[in-house]
Amino acid sequence: MKEKLEKRRVAGADEFGIEPLRDSCCEVPSTVRPTAQFRKQELEKRVVTGPDGIEFEVDPLRDYYCEAPPTVMPPAYIKIVEDLFNWARAESIWILGFGTGCGAIEMRPLMTPRFDAYRYGIQWRPTPRQANLFVISGYLSVKTLKRAIRSYEQIQNPKYVVGLGSCTINGGMYWDSYNTIKRLDDYLPVDLYITGCMPRPEALLAGFMDLKKIIRAGKAEGANRYAENFDWYKANQKQVIHDWDMPDYSW
Amino acid sequence: MQFEWMKIPYSLLTLFIVVNYGFLLNALIAKIGARVGRRHGIPIWQNYIDLIKNYSLRSSITHGVMYYLGPVFRLSGGVGLLLFVPTIYDSVMFSNLSFAGDLILALYFVFFGTLGMALGAAESGHPYAAIGITRGLSQVTASELPFALAVFAVALQYQTLSVTEIVAAQQGSMLHWTLFTNPFAVAAAMLSFLGSMMRPPFDVVLAPQEIPIGPPTEYHSSYLALMQTNRAIFPIAKIVVYMNLFFGGASNWPVFFLKVFLIYMVSVLVGVVFPRFRVEQSIRWFLVWAVPLGVIAIMVV
Repeated sequence: MKEKLEKRRVAGADEFGIEPLRDSCCEVPSTVRPTAQFRKQELEKRVVTGPDGIEFEVDPLRDYYCEAPPTVMPPAYIKIVEDLFNWARAESIWILGFGTGCGAIEMRPLMTPRFDAYRYGIQWRPTPRQANLFVISGYLSVKTLKRAIRSYEQIQNPKYVVGLGSCTINGGMYWDSYNTIKRLDDYLPVDLYITGCMPRPEALLAGFMDLKKIIRAGKAEGANRYAENFDWYKANQKQVIHDWDMPDYSW
Repeated sequence: MQFEWMKIPYSLLTLFIVVNYGFLLNALIAKIGARVGRRHGIPIWQNYIDLIKNYSLRSSITHGVMYYLGPVFRLSGGVGLLLFVPTIYDSVMFSNLSFAGDLILALYFVFFGTLGMALGAAESGHPYAAIGITRGLSQVTASELPFALAVFAVALQYQTLSVTEIVAAQQGSMLHWTLFTNPFAVAAAMLSFLGSMMRPPFDVVLAPQEIPIGPPTEYHSSYLALMQTNRAIFPIAKIVVYMNLFFGGASNWPVFFLKVFLIYMVSVLVGVVFPRFRVEQSIRWFLVWAVPLGVIAIMVV
């Protein structure tokens, strides 16, 4: 699987005339801890004196986050129960309200009377914990990618990623930009792309209907793909994010 | 006093009816709100699907013991409130586990869920949860004050702490309702009611656009499903208390469904008209407008 992905990535890079990731950036940091030059002061391990005079040690990177890598969680129940669950997952899609690029503007009309996505069981949640679907709406700058990764990792399994607009497929009009990523699938497991620059809200609705079919068929296993190829995804992410000042996995 | 074991299945039946009515009513209210905005809104069965979906999530994380117990306390607050107050007046099946002094217990249960949530949300460690719960506790405390005064006024008026006897005293005619015999108490209680329904102008606790939904920010999968279940039970249970104390109770299920819907709609109508209060504004509002009404109600009695 890992090799297949690797091959596809390089093949895709040729196809779109993009430099393969491996050649373009600095080497992959080997440890979880950020290198000294990128480490921020507030992330340093330190001793703090509390208001009651007791001294205690704070290590923000280890205290606040989990560093355990994700595990593959296959469907656990008999088929009829899993079918019911998949139906419920498909009919109740909660989108994380995180707009990464200009495409986010196309999501807003879905809440209005004209498009009204609520009637299809699609709702927006303000916190990644309660969301199931992460819509990467348009271009993703490297700085935003860092936040997107952390948000994605906080969503619970099963979770879905939809790439919205051409930028998530091949970089779109930002194909030669120095600080946007070109292929979203290299960094997060994408279940569905909605093409266009920008796709109309109708296209989004049609895309969500397709996503529902994928979920219902039990094929939306992006979270497990991410866990399976965790090292590969992390290596890709670290190749573009130079100031990697967070643990490898933040739940 | 001998305990009748048959009360347990009867109470569970009440709980079953109320849970389903709560889910459908919440969806109906959401639909009404959507139609006001010229949308179709969620399907009427959407809450059930959301519930199944949340239970079916494969992974969940915990932040500690209180994080587990928060939703459990919240749910037991709702269920307890429902089970210790007679749902249908003069019915053996649906009087639940009500007893002589249940009014005080009901007052306690109204607050119980919020306290449990405070402990759970605090342990989740999210700053927005802490902000939300701080707001929630101060606002709920302020809004409980006029309600407590109104309850004392009603208890003094009927010289009893038993909800069943208070309902019994209001039977016969609509004019026997506390609404007409002690309007000040009802006014104070209804203002307090607005504060406890998590709707505008008193929804700054959740404040979805400002502090991402406050206390439950970290809650997900089955924790959230428990809280969703409570969101179906608790408003209904609270309205049952109001209905019994102030609006003559209900002697059968159709009357119950109608009265609960109408009382619920009071908070919805106010909510769609008025914008959100900040916490200090809402506390001041309760102290200036609702508490004096409660004091008058006690003095008049």
